[in-house]
Amino acid sequence: MTHVEPDRWHYLRHAAVVAGFSAVIGLGLGIAKGGDWTLQFVYAEGIGLSIWACTDFGRLLFQLDPESHWPTGWRMIVLQVGAVIVGYVVGTWVGDQYCGCSTFELWRHSARAFAGYLVLCIATTVAISFFFQSRGRDQRRLRQIATAQRDASEAQLKLLESQLEPHMLFNTLANLRVLIALDPARAQAMLDQLIAFLRATLSGSQQPFHALSAEFARCSDYLELMQVRMGDRLQTRLALPRELADLPVPPLVLQPLVENAIKHGLEPHVGGGRIEISAERTGERVVLRVRDTGAGLSDGAAATGTRFGLEQVRRRLATIYGAAATLDLQPAAGTEGGTDAIVTLPA
Amino acid sequence: MHATALIAEDEALLAAELQAQLARVWPELEIVAQVGHGAAAVEAALRLRPQVLFLDIRMPGMTGLEAAQAIAEDWPDGVAAPLIVFATAYDQYALEAFNHAAVDYLLKPIDAARLAQTCARAQAALAAQRDPTGGTVPWEAALGQLRRLLATPALSGRSGTDAPDRLQVIQAGLGNAIHLVPVDDVVYFEAADKYVRVVTGGREHLIRVALRELLPQLDPQRFWQIHRGTVVRADAIAVAQRDESGKLSLTLRGRPERLIVSRLYAHRFKAM
Repeated sequence: MTHVEPDRWHYLRHAAVVAGFSAVIGLGLGIAKGGDWTLQFVYAEGIGLSIWACTDFGRLLFQLDPESHWPTGWRMIVLQVGAVIVGYVVGTWVGDQYCGCSTFELWRHSARAFAGYLVLCIATTVAISFFFQSRGRDQRRLRQIATAQRDASEAQLKLLESQLEPHMLFNTLANLRVLIALDPARAQAMLDQLIAFLRATLSGSQQPFHALSAEFARCSDYLELMQVRMGDRLQTRLALPRELADLPVPPLVLQPLVENAIKHGLEPHVGGGRIEISAERTGERVVLRVRDTGAGLSDGAAATGTRFGLEQVRRRLATIYGAAATLDLQPAAGTEGGTDAIVTLPA
Repeated sequence: MHATALIAEDEALLAAELQAQLARVWPELEIVAQVGHGAAAVEAALRLRPQVLFLDIRMPGMTGLEAAQAIAEDWPDGVAAPLIVFATAYDQYALEAFNHAAVDYLLKPIDAARLAQTCARAQAALAAQRDPTGGTVPWEAALGQLRRLLATPALSGRSGTDAPDRLQVIQAGLGNAIHLVPVDDVVYFEAADKYVRVVTGGREHLIRVALRELLPQLDPQRFWQIHRGTVVRADAIAVAQRDESGKLSLTLRGRPERLIVSRLYAHRFKAM
């Protein structure tokens, strides 16, 4: 939220609005009463602008609300009452100087007329203050809405960018472009996998669950795409026991882990390596494992944990299963090195 | 114009395609090597000394930029500096940095017209190199560009925006013990494969961290990088001296060995 400091123009704008209001009142009174209309006009402008000056500059004596730049609560009442009294006296004095008579004489022989002027003053001041305040509030609300919308679309964009990693996408398209000339049949197969991958990624967050076999199929599409790019630097092994094929799992629970294994494990590893995706039931739990034989976790990388994709999976698991599901990243057991990403779900 | 080139690209299909595209726009360009990772690019470039290098940025083991740095540091004196063209599929930061450093680059998939432009620029640069009246210092422009690229945090593999805390004490494991070495005692750090040697006046330790991860945690005013693999504490340097071949080396306080300064960092050492 950015605050807009009141600037010079803001004072001039307020003064102009008040002068306009006062002119209407002065001319109205002048026409209604007949006689010299300039008298009423000068009184109205004198009183109106004096009250405005007392209000607009007087508020600087108070502690202001950082959003609206106005005092709040009793301070606002003190400001308005004070401004009306001081402004009325000053403005009336100005008018008296102009016409050479004394308004306070009026009070002595016609208290009703005097009170009428006073009530008119107070009513006008309250109306104008209300006008300025509500307009300021509307503008603030519009700014808040704009900021909220921007924040939301930024988050959306970040999520989408993490799912559709542009580097992967453009490299895949570059490969596809080559294959179209070289081997149209293979290009078509690759395009089909890309379509399946895009469809799964873009619609993934819309349905709450799908079968584990569908999640494996998404991973397989992705790995086939990577296979074209990485050639024999990538070996894959997917093992899904038949009895777990229909197990409902949240979409995109494994695919980000596979992408992670490629991006941080195998792509940076000169020799490439193997990715194994497996599922098994152990007692009351189901363990899903993505193992790569790649570069392994460096001390720094594990600690910083800036991997947006992993964070997304973890958050999704927590929303659905609470503490009953976990995601752990650890060095792979065995001599080949690499990393294990392990998801445990309640079965 | 005949010239020699190296292609470093980890994806075989893309490497073959670049070679085919080059054959169309620059038929006299001879591809002397095609390699799949950064370390191989460095080895082949230094052995074959091609005039143009096409380096993919994201490669296994060593990035294209790291390879360019190693090649620039170890390239023999007296041989004209190679022209470097980077290639990337998508890398917002890289593109900004390339533009900023006025380095030529290709975006994958590679557009034929853009490749023709790049080749024309390379041919012009090679022609200028051959022109004996040109009289330009061969390395300075290229080194300036590389220095600017290396100063881009996102490109040199650092996490970028948030400045990490400065390290006060190095914790070096040795058997079952952890040795605590105050950073102020360190004379220099030297990269050794996946480790860094931490050398103090009296002894040395190995820590399991990459030099590029360590570097942002050191105060750049006090610790100067003098080579892709060496960072030295500035107030431990006694003398910087050039030998007859122009190589700059440092004599240290508290250590007998001399350290070599690469041409990429030699500009730091000037008399006041």
